[in-house]
Amino acid sequence: MAMKHGRGVAAINYPTGMNLGGDPSQALVHSTPTGNFMVSLSSVDLGQGLKQVMAQICAETIGVPTECVTIDTADTDTGPHCMGTFASRGTHRVGNAVLQAAQEARQVMLEVAAEELEVNASDLETDGEGNIHVKGAPQKSISIFDTALAAHFKQGRSISGRGMFLVQRSYPDTETGAMKPATCYAHACVVADVEVDDETGEVTVQSVKNVYEVGRALNPKMVEQQLVGGSWMGISHALYETTEPYYPNRDHGGTDFNQYLMPGPGDLAETETYVLERPSSDGPYGAKGPGEMCANPQIPAVANAIFDAVGVRIDTMPITPERILRALRAKAAAGEGRTE
Amino acid sequence: MELRKNYFADERKDDLNEIGHSRPRSDAPGHVTGKTVYFADRTFPDLLHLKMVRSPHHHAKIRSIDTSEAEKHPGVIRVLTAKDVPHNVYTILILIQVGPEDETVLADKKVSWKGEAVVAVVATSERAAQEAAAKVKVDYEVLPAVFDVLEALKPDAPEVNEHHPGNYYHYDSGDHRKVRFGDVQAGFAAADHILEETYSSSPIEQAPTETTGCIVAPEGNDRFTCYTNTQAMFFTLDNASIILQMPGHKLHMVGGTVGGGFGGKVDVIVEPIAILAAKLTGRPVSFIYSREEEMQISSPRAAETITIKDGVTKDGRLIARQVTGYTDAGAYSRHSPYGAQKGAAHYPGPYTVPNVWIDTYCVYTNRTPSSAMRGFGVTIADFALEVQMDKLARLIGMDPLEFRFINAYRDGDMKAHRQPTEGAALIECMQEAARVSGWPVAQKYLDMSSRTREA
Repeated sequence: MAMKHGRGVAAINYPTGMNLGGDPSQALVHSTPTGNFMVSLSSVDLGQGLKQVMAQICAETIGVPTECVTIDTADTDTGPHCMGTFASRGTHRVGNAVLQAAQEARQVMLEVAAEELEVNASDLETDGEGNIHVKGAPQKSISIFDTALAAHFKQGRSISGRGMFLVQRSYPDTETGAMKPATCYAHACVVADVEVDDETGEVTVQSVKNVYEVGRALNPKMVEQQLVGGSWMGISHALYETTEPYYPNRDHGGTDFNQYLMPGPGDLAETETYVLERPSSDGPYGAKGPGEMCANPQIPAVANAIFDAVGVRIDTMPITPERILRALRAKAAAGEGRTE
Repeated sequence: MELRKNYFADERKDDLNEIGHSRPRSDAPGHVTGKTVYFADRTFPDLLHLKMVRSPHHHAKIRSIDTSEAEKHPGVIRVLTAKDVPHNVYTILILIQVGPEDETVLADKKVSWKGEAVVAVVATSERAAQEAAAKVKVDYEVLPAVFDVLEALKPDAPEVNEHHPGNYYHYDSGDHRKVRFGDVQAGFAAADHILEETYSSSPIEQAPTETTGCIVAPEGNDRFTCYTNTQAMFFTLDNASIILQMPGHKLHMVGGTVGGGFGGKVDVIVEPIAILAAKLTGRPVSFIYSREEEMQISSPRAAETITIKDGVTKDGRLIARQVTGYTDAGAYSRHSPYGAQKGAAHYPGPYTVPNVWIDTYCVYTNRTPSSAMRGFGVTIADFALEVQMDKLARLIGMDPLEFRFINAYRDGDMKAHRQPTEGAALIECMQEAARVSGWPVAQKYLDMSSRTREA
């Protein structure tokens, strides 16, 4: 018996979005009289932070600080259509819709400001802090607050915009399978270090070094929370989770978190995360969908590391101590067979 | 987390005001102080609770249903059966013409999985609903069941679902989705080594912190507001409209912040029946999964079985790949046919393989219907593909990471499902992984780029 160390690598790509029936999301943006901006959506924030990243996309595009943008979402009376939050599509699809709506609203805002400043709208720019000024002449300026007041009370205009992003439905060719099931692809490569107890079959993931390429990290801290959580989930899939431990036998399924195994705080691997950014051509500010991608590469990396440690292949998920022990015994038996 | 800004620096603008900056989430203070309002935090006067009577059998004919004792139970306001549901047979994506409709809201003739909903009991308390549900008598004739995809495809296997003859999902391409690229037989003929291996997985639970559920309140003007934690507001509205034969303007879905989904809240299961109960009682109705229901009843990730046969040259070129993938849909489609199709496009992985042959099957069994989960159609494929890559590298005596560099896709490479590669970055991810882990690879691999292919 011994604790055996092993190291494994895996590399993957992951598609952004779905196209089963087309992949639409829409957004509406309007300003209040105080120069703050409301984004109306029907997209759902699952806890991953969709609302925050949409506020940043809107703010960047209009040229205001993020705190001046409020996201009103997930109400079918007020929010325009969204396919839903899944398929790593939120940041990309909804973000594109918000970007387009914000561009239209910005254009109206600049037209209103141009009238107040008696210049051409094309000569104006925003400073990102709540002001609009003439390019090259920052003293000739108007605040976005005053611009909104002028729009609402003087010019009778709505500083608003509509955004739609639609990936057309792809019908796979029946014979060749030619299809466009997604748009841009995110990427990852993971190196996992494990220790396997060859007496008990238990695996400890010592460290994972995760390298992810996500297009653009629109809000790096939020990207980090996704990637670290995803990495944990990947390890959980690799070693622990199953609704039916003796699949396909239906018995003994978990009914709560005492019976459904996942790694606890003491099982956390030392996690290092590195992010590369290659902007996608079709994403908002180059974003791709990192949400699902980040939970996949740990699974094969851990499986490969286990082989490196103890020389057995477990080709069934999850890789439980029982499966490792059975494989080790089978290997030992086969080895004895050859020596006889 | 560390950003590695040296890669692709010329393709980015890094001087933006809001994008690329870590801003605190506006909803974080509410989350950490417990003040964020989730759907179940809302209270309503006269709220009713809905509990389901579920099949104890994997596969059975329903001979009769007797709800008389349950109806008499104190606190019970209404008991719903299939005949109360206007359009009882549905499928989630029918609005975009993905059929056939194959699943009942409440079973009347047959149950096809253990846990399938048969009768809904609506009462003034959860306990009363639970106790009354236990008094519903359903007379079942147990049928043979099948739990394994390969068993389900045998000619004499039990028929899981009458809408899917042979227990296959029938695509326009037949009983499977195909991808054909190059000449896979010629590829195998030219290979120095061929490796065929099979990989499999069992279902897993999405395990969101907040269980699936909704509360429906009549608005008093023949409209219904449904507070829900769905991942897709209009999937819910559209399906409720179809199932209940109610015009869309009668329905108002309110969501917001959800306590995790991971794909488990993409199906439309709780809302239509809760809206129906609110309509028939005129009172607000709550239908929230217990943790046990979340674990046992909600759609898990599909189990998959994947066989990969690869042809590789001794100098490390992957020149032929044949994949047969089976997705276990469980008893009904939900989103599984799409997951199997998505897998078909994914199986070559992030590698350029000149000859590819892929068949993916979506198969029905008497198991809990599976559906979307994070990595839908891809996660198990990635496990299989990347373990296979490791085996191939070792088979030809090559370093596993260097073997991946040789085969990594680059911009402009044609993928097997006939989309040219754009925005590739696998090589750079592997270069960085080699650097941060101290995994030695030859300099020529560190000089590669996803943007160009050396002559």
